[in-house]
Amino acid sequence: MHLSSTPLAEAAVRVTPEPLVARVRGLSDRTVAWLFIGPTMLLLLAINIFPLIWTVKLSFTNFRANRPNAEVLGVGLDNYIAVLTDPDIWAAMQATAHFLFWTILLQVLIGFALAWLIDRKFRGHGFWTTLILIPMMLSPAVVGNFWAFLYQPQIGLFNYVVSFLTGVAPSSFSMLGSVQLAPWAIIIVDTWMWTPYVMLICLAGLRSIPDYIYEAAEVDRASPWRQFWSITLPMVLPFVMLAVLFRGIENFKMFDMVNLLTAGGPGSTTELASITLKREAFEKWRTGYASAFAVILFVAVFGLANIYVKALNHVKNR
Amino acid sequence: MAGVLVALYALITIVPLAWIILTGFKTPSDAISYPPKVVFTPSIDGYCNLFTTRSRQTPEYIAALPPADSACEQKARDANMVVAGTSNYVPRFVNSLVIAIGSTVLSVGLGVMAAYAFSRFKVPLKDDLLFFILSTRMMPPIAVAIPIYLMYRELGLSDTRLGMILLYSAVNVSLAVWLLKGFIDEIPREYEEAAMVDGYTRLQAFRKVVLPQATTGIVATAIFCLIFSWNEYAFAVLLTSGTAQTAPPFIPIIIGEGGQDWPAVAAGTTLFLVPILIFTILLRKHLLRGITFGAVRK
Repeated sequence: MHLSSTPLAEAAVRVTPEPLVARVRGLSDRTVAWLFIGPTMLLLLAINIFPLIWTVKLSFTNFRANRPNAEVLGVGLDNYIAVLTDPDIWAAMQATAHFLFWTILLQVLIGFALAWLIDRKFRGHGFWTTLILIPMMLSPAVVGNFWAFLYQPQIGLFNYVVSFLTGVAPSSFSMLGSVQLAPWAIIIVDTWMWTPYVMLICLAGLRSIPDYIYEAAEVDRASPWRQFWSITLPMVLPFVMLAVLFRGIENFKMFDMVNLLTAGGPGSTTELASITLKREAFEKWRTGYASAFAVILFVAVFGLANIYVKALNHVKNR
Repeated sequence: MAGVLVALYALITIVPLAWIILTGFKTPSDAISYPPKVVFTPSIDGYCNLFTTRSRQTPEYIAALPPADSACEQKARDANMVVAGTSNYVPRFVNSLVIAIGSTVLSVGLGVMAAYAFSRFKVPLKDDLLFFILSTRMMPPIAVAIPIYLMYRELGLSDTRLGMILLYSAVNVSLAVWLLKGFIDEIPREYEEAAMVDGYTRLQAFRKVVLPQATTGIVATAIFCLIFSWNEYAFAVLLTSGTAQTAPPFIPIIIGEGGQDWPAVAAGTTLFLVPILIFTILLRKHLLRGITFGAVRK
């Protein structure tokens, strides 16, 4: 439409060499590209990359942020050796692994089941789906804080409901105070909050399967069970893997919700990597040591995510 | 059958939230009663305690005062106290608003430009740059906070709104670039090309053709950025303590006489969550895209 209305301009474009056109019409595309990307890169360099380099530098020193005037000495790899041989760090990594394994497992199982049910398209599914999605939009810190209220042994709703259903006295157990229960308390809250996330991604996966594939399977008299195993599951798998990737990265970094619920306690049973890091950096003020731990964590999450994305692409292209 | 199970899950999942909203309307004694009270006489104690600070006075002193001029004042006097002033909740809420809006404007502004460039131009190392932008999200916030804490101390940005706006913008810009690139990819190039043939420069075409076409995407992206900044806790608790403190680190430390004042905490939580509930409903169609950085589009 536009083209035909201005035959002259069209002709001009055709005869004028590219760079000249650009110069006449203002900035060249190349300049615009850099003008547009530049500010974002600058912000990321200032707030992400520069601090990252600083962290790496600090990790080789004995610097303590609460003693800015003390002499800073290079200590070589001592911090890294100390981190990797510290039993507390390994305990934190173990707690993180436990948390990751169970939250992801539960969220995938419940999330997939929910998505599968919602995909049956019953009346009012839009309304119920919206209701289910609400928890994942809330502030994790605020969620941790109000679940601490629900978990109160004497007065909390959670203990009341459990005692109502099982008959155990509501004051006989403390989800946040007991060494056995606290790791599960944080898993329950995370699952409550993030199952909708996995559900939503699984639902997209289920809806991406075209109907004709199932119709063809019907024609071939494949049983519903068979259809599930050889159509539904393989086609939803890349979506599930994507959800696991995002949940994995997020929960590896988990800090806010758990900090408000248990702050790592009782003892250090729920002390996840980020909570240990916060204690070292902002309570014990061992900045150099904490920096080394931060670098190790970043390399771990970055490396694992990279390997995982390769596996994901492999499954997707199969 | 499927419908019944889904509805059942939805109802169970909403109970904790409903409980907190209810608790905001209880008296402190109702809030901690056993068994938990589902039916109770609504009270504004929680909201009064959220917005005011109170001090204890002798009954003689209170008797000598002129009649109470507000319901909250009356409540306080019934408990042998007077309202001493306003609490910090409103300033913290305002900080949350200013920081969330400021960082959203900045990150969406930068993001839409970068996204356009990545979508339309041959940028050298494009995939590497995009992956780099995404990878800045993989850092645990506490790890980022260590050098930021030191850097802000040097620059005088500690506990300032500007510092928090810049920090949240840096976190959000990665989401903004990825999401907006997806939205802009969906706008046919032919529109701008036609406009440029008509004599628009590249920048004019961007402003007058692409931006209006991308409005939905920009709004959806902006809401995601708002929600992130609104909900953020780790940076806020480590880098702000007073003037720039946002609501999430403040709500858990609302305490009354003799421990945590649960109705006030619940009231503060409820008011804090209302904007999120509205946004969730507005965003429904784009939710999936937002939470997967545009990887799943449906």
